[in-house]
Amino acid sequence: MKILVLISNVPDTTTKIRFVDNNKAFDTSGVQWIINPWDELALTRAVELKEAGGVETITVANVGESITEPTLRKALAVGADDAIRIDTTPKDAFYVASQLAQIAKDFDVIMVGIEASDYNGSAVGGMLAELLNFNSVSAVSGMNIENGQLSLTREIDGGQQKISVKTPVVTIVQKGIAIDPRIPAMRGIMMARKKPLTVLPAVEAGEKTSYVNFELPPPKAACKMVDEDNVKELVRLLQEEAKAF
Amino acid sequence: MSILVYTENWDGKFKKLSFELVSYAKALANELSTTVTVLSIGKVADEELKKLGNYGASKILNVADARFDSLDNKALALAVANAAKSEGSKAVVFAHNNLGKAIAPRVSVKLKGGMVTGVTALPENVDPFVVKKKVFTGKAFANIQIHADIKILTLAQNSFELIETDNKAVIESFDAGVSDDVFSTTVNETNKVTGKVLLTDAEIVVSGGRGFKGPENWGILEELADVLGAGMACSRPVSDEGWRGHEEHVGQTGKIIAPNLYFAFGISGAIQHLGGVNSSKIIVAVNKDAEAPIFEAADYGIVGDLFKVIPQLTEEIKTIKS
Repeated sequence: MKILVLISNVPDTTTKIRFVDNNKAFDTSGVQWIINPWDELALTRAVELKEAGGVETITVANVGESITEPTLRKALAVGADDAIRIDTTPKDAFYVASQLAQIAKDFDVIMVGIEASDYNGSAVGGMLAELLNFNSVSAVSGMNIENGQLSLTREIDGGQQKISVKTPVVTIVQKGIAIDPRIPAMRGIMMARKKPLTVLPAVEAGEKTSYVNFELPPPKAACKMVDEDNVKELVRLLQEEAKAF
Repeated sequence: MSILVYTENWDGKFKKLSFELVSYAKALANELSTTVTVLSIGKVADEELKKLGNYGASKILNVADARFDSLDNKALALAVANAAKSEGSKAVVFAHNNLGKAIAPRVSVKLKGGMVTGVTALPENVDPFVVKKKVFTGKAFANIQIHADIKILTLAQNSFELIETDNKAVIESFDAGVSDDVFSTTVNETNKVTGKVLLTDAEIVVSGGRGFKGPENWGILEELADVLGAGMACSRPVSDEGWRGHEEHVGQTGKIIAPNLYFAFGISGAIQHLGGVNSSKIIVAVNKDAEAPIFEAADYGIVGDLFKVIPQLTEEIKTIKS
């Protein structure tokens, strides 16, 4: 079984969000880049499955400029065998999915995080599956390989389902797929330097959407403080002022 | 043309979420001078389907086909796309929940549409078509223009008020045109929690953090949840430690929720936590540390001991409810 893990390169989750160019672009100055947290969990599970013996190779892929290479190297250090970077500026989800469609058709299982922590699109995995005519399963919180068959756990409202699905398939994964993201060891970091990282040119693809501009949320009014011994007052405020119940 | 809404059902019933979608689609349809058609897949009684009319649906396409119960994403997407084609829909609206997020991207590719997920309001303009959504996990908003003729939207939960109309909906049975060989998902086992308020449905959520000190102290919060009819949630360290199940984890990498009222007890309010709850209408924080960042996000706060505050709160609410 060959696994492809899609890696989005995102700002560290503690980044202060600012915009430049008349609020038309995200301010990348001083930003630390990381593997999108859900993609990192997907990669961790892929590595665990490979260690258990059910997986031949793990490839990681990203659509981005050379600035994303340290993130791909980190994915190699975690345990991927090789990396592919499609060299272009990611414009929108359809554009990104169209780029990935050129490489993804050769894999049995494609794993992608349920969203990226920057633009929160939740779109690339499903679009890619449709472009390839593969099935897709979303909200996957567990993955096992039993006798070469894929068995998945997915989250549904108020519960979980155990399902089996034919490969090739795109799995869109969420929290639970792995417990903690794997931290690369020194040996992994050394080995990652020698692992192949292929750069491919972009293909022609239209973009269906574009960002007009960004806004920061309006500043919040100060928190109204109530004394610890006056819980009654809190309930009154919630009832009469906030009309919360 | 018309605007198509896809809503799932829950054991044959719709939820507030379904009516939000129809209300939103109706308001959008008014701007575009068209009507709303709803696609319902699965077994739903006519009485229940008619409720969608009360929020502005003119037509309901009913696919009472049990094959879709496996939630096969490819098959569902084909069914929605076929309905959109048959209606000549210029926009398709989904919920921004697990199923909506799974299906909408596929439908957008099939229809060669442009998609924006998690929209929080009606479009600012319909020509050009510009909609707003949250980005950077609630830390900012983006205005996004859709260039394609067909617009695909997923609507963030609790972001649009219900609007009742005196509309009457016509129910038509619809052949989704999906052959057996498209389905490839087999459900082997379903486990559902019963008797609990679902976090994603809850109007009120009570949530606990490290301030609870251990897995054994949650009885007081469960009691408060009972009295309020609230959903239970927790912060990431709590689910990582196994004090509570990970299905209760709210935050950037857990569940993102938008209740009317969110109580944070003993939660410091790390930026990742706030990412999951900052769409709540009212936030109440109780924390021993007056400097905790949660107070910057909260509307009401108490600096104090949660073990003292929660039982008092439960008693006060019992009093006003009786």
